[in-house]
Amino acid sequence: MRLKGAPTVLLNPDDRILVQGITGREATGMVEDALAYGSRVVAGVTPGKGGQTVLGVPVYNTVKEAVETSGARVSVVSVPAHAVLDAAVEGFSHGIQLCLIMSERVPRLDTAKLLFEARRTGCTVIGPNTLGLIRPGVAKLGTIGGRVDNVKRSFTPGRVAVLSRSGGMTTEIASFLTSRGIGQSVAIGVGGDAIVGSTFTDLIKELEHDTETEAVVVYGEPGGTAEESLAEYLRSNPTRLRINAFLSGRFVDEMQGVRFGHAAVIVEGDRGSVRGKTKALRDVGVFVADRFDDILEGLPS
Amino acid sequence: MRLLEHQAKALLGGFGVSFTETSLAKSPETAADIAAKIGGAVVLKAQVPFGGRGKAGAVRFADSPMDAERVARDILGMTIKGEVVDCVSIETKVSYKAEYYLGIAWDTSAKLPVALLSDGGGIEVEHAVRMVRRTFSPWTGLDAFIGREMAVELGIEGRLLSGLGQNLARLSVAFLSCDALTMEINPLVERSDGTLIGLDAHVEIDDDSVTRQTTRLKVLGDISSSSVGGRPPTVLELEAQRIDAMDHRGVAGRVVEFDGDLGLLIGGGGASLTVFDAIRRHKGSPANYCEVGGNPTEEKVAALTALLLSKPRVRNLAVIMNVVNNTRADVMARGVIEGARRAGRVPSEAISVFRIPGSWEQEAKELLAVEGIEALGREVSLDEAARRAVERSTHRVA
Repeated sequence: MRLKGAPTVLLNPDDRILVQGITGREATGMVEDALAYGSRVVAGVTPGKGGQTVLGVPVYNTVKEAVETSGARVSVVSVPAHAVLDAAVEGFSHGIQLCLIMSERVPRLDTAKLLFEARRTGCTVIGPNTLGLIRPGVAKLGTIGGRVDNVKRSFTPGRVAVLSRSGGMTTEIASFLTSRGIGQSVAIGVGGDAIVGSTFTDLIKELEHDTETEAVVVYGEPGGTAEESLAEYLRSNPTRLRINAFLSGRFVDEMQGVRFGHAAVIVEGDRGSVRGKTKALRDVGVFVADRFDDILEGLPS
Repeated sequence: MRLLEHQAKALLGGFGVSFTETSLAKSPETAADIAAKIGGAVVLKAQVPFGGRGKAGAVRFADSPMDAERVARDILGMTIKGEVVDCVSIETKVSYKAEYYLGIAWDTSAKLPVALLSDGGGIEVEHAVRMVRRTFSPWTGLDAFIGREMAVELGIEGRLLSGLGQNLARLSVAFLSCDALTMEINPLVERSDGTLIGLDAHVEIDDDSVTRQTTRLKVLGDISSSSVGGRPPTVLELEAQRIDAMDHRGVAGRVVEFDGDLGLLIGGGGASLTVFDAIRRHKGSPANYCEVGGNPTEEKVAALTALLLSKPRVRNLAVIMNVVNNTRADVMARGVIEGARRAGRVPSEAISVFRIPGSWEQEAKELLAVEGIEALGREVSLDEAARRAVERSTHRVA
């Protein structure tokens, strides 16, 4: 059951954050940047390392202890891929209501299993395979933006939400908007995997109720059906939000069957093609930019 | 990772799905011997890890051992989608009165595995008119009664219901146990005596789960790691893979080679796609696609830079990334400068564009300035950086 007043992707300054796998190299760097940006990282968990501290943050052996002591309801999971299922479900079992999974290469079966549990416990999941999410000027989860000086240069508070299947492009888009005087209400790397906890559709539903958000920039890629599903949803659910989309990898349509890095990027037939996605989105009135620079079209500053 | 047909059948056989007995031949003579042993009409199928074999003429019938030898000779000489056929399967030709398609895949919107049942099996199943689908729990699999309900929805009656329900349930258990992305029995046929038997199977395993499936996969023999792409990897692509594998930190590889003269060192994953699109729109002629990200080591970047510059046609390299988060711009700068030197080039001539804003960009800028290379900032968009790269590849830089 989702609790009343549970944390959402629209982070609050008082959201208390737990980091699972906090003693890992990447997690430690992430905590340093998150603290510097103002995120309230209050506890960490690494089984067997309870009692230590990381940058002043106490480390516990179990989520149970960490949550009981700190009251955290938000968790960032940065553990090896094979340990993600166990870690995430441990979090859900002890009251985590917003869980961001950074780990890459999580087996798809494990993702499906943990999302099954997340639905049961009412936890919102972002990822796996995401750099994170940020509420500019408030807090961030994950390594999004990197060092704090870069975070501050790239992200500014405002009224446009950024939803992206690519972590790097989340920052690129926000930075581009910032450079043109357009601030962001939230920027979310939804994760690069075929199955992720929160899809474009899930997040648009949530943003619909956020009075600060007036427009959304969506970054999509070849493969999968996230963009098609969003179009399908918008067909029967008109939105007050202006939605601008940019889809990369048009060339992949012409080179069928070739794998271009990004795991999800494989197109067979018309399924998952950028051509098909573009048409689906345009048919329901979404502005799809032909050039990256055109994503600014009609955005509120 | 896609299994060969005979491997897929062996794997599913272990979960109680019945298939016709399959033998393998690598020569026409062996095929004839096997056909003689089976007796009567047989079917021969190329063992290659992708679909479309029927349309390619790689699934054929034979009436006699001599005929089987001739057909096997044809199939074994074929090249399908760039892959030379080196193994053919032989099995008895089954006569049947009805065929079905049974499949399990992932429903990425529902975030659940989904079972599919159709009464129009065979190669044109994508166009099947009637397809019933049911998602199920990734923890427990699909109950046989759900499978029966699906069959009833298709209007199926009689003892077939139990058989189809059971096969769907077993397939779902196999799917979850093996970390599959796709599993299909296509077709599953009903013989004249009412029994069900599979004639073909398709299994794809999640590459991210292979390490925990090694025991199960090992007994199936060599899993072909064929290049998906219609051609075997080039020397340069293989070398890039080797460079990427030399250190687990970050990605500096995933190269696809093209004929053009514009070398690209681009990243991360999404920006690589964006930049490549932009290069093509500006009429550039890329020498390669690539993907760099996740903070690779200086050595990996240097080795990849030197490799990409080793192509005689590549005069210079455009280095373009999105505003970086965890990748360090200064490490990238050191890597490309060192790589250019290793390739025997003057860095300022070899690097046409360097656009990596973000973490450690100031440090990168200073390193590049020493070499006489201008670091472009975030105010230069990915699109504009791509345009400049094209301009500088077709006009010799002074």
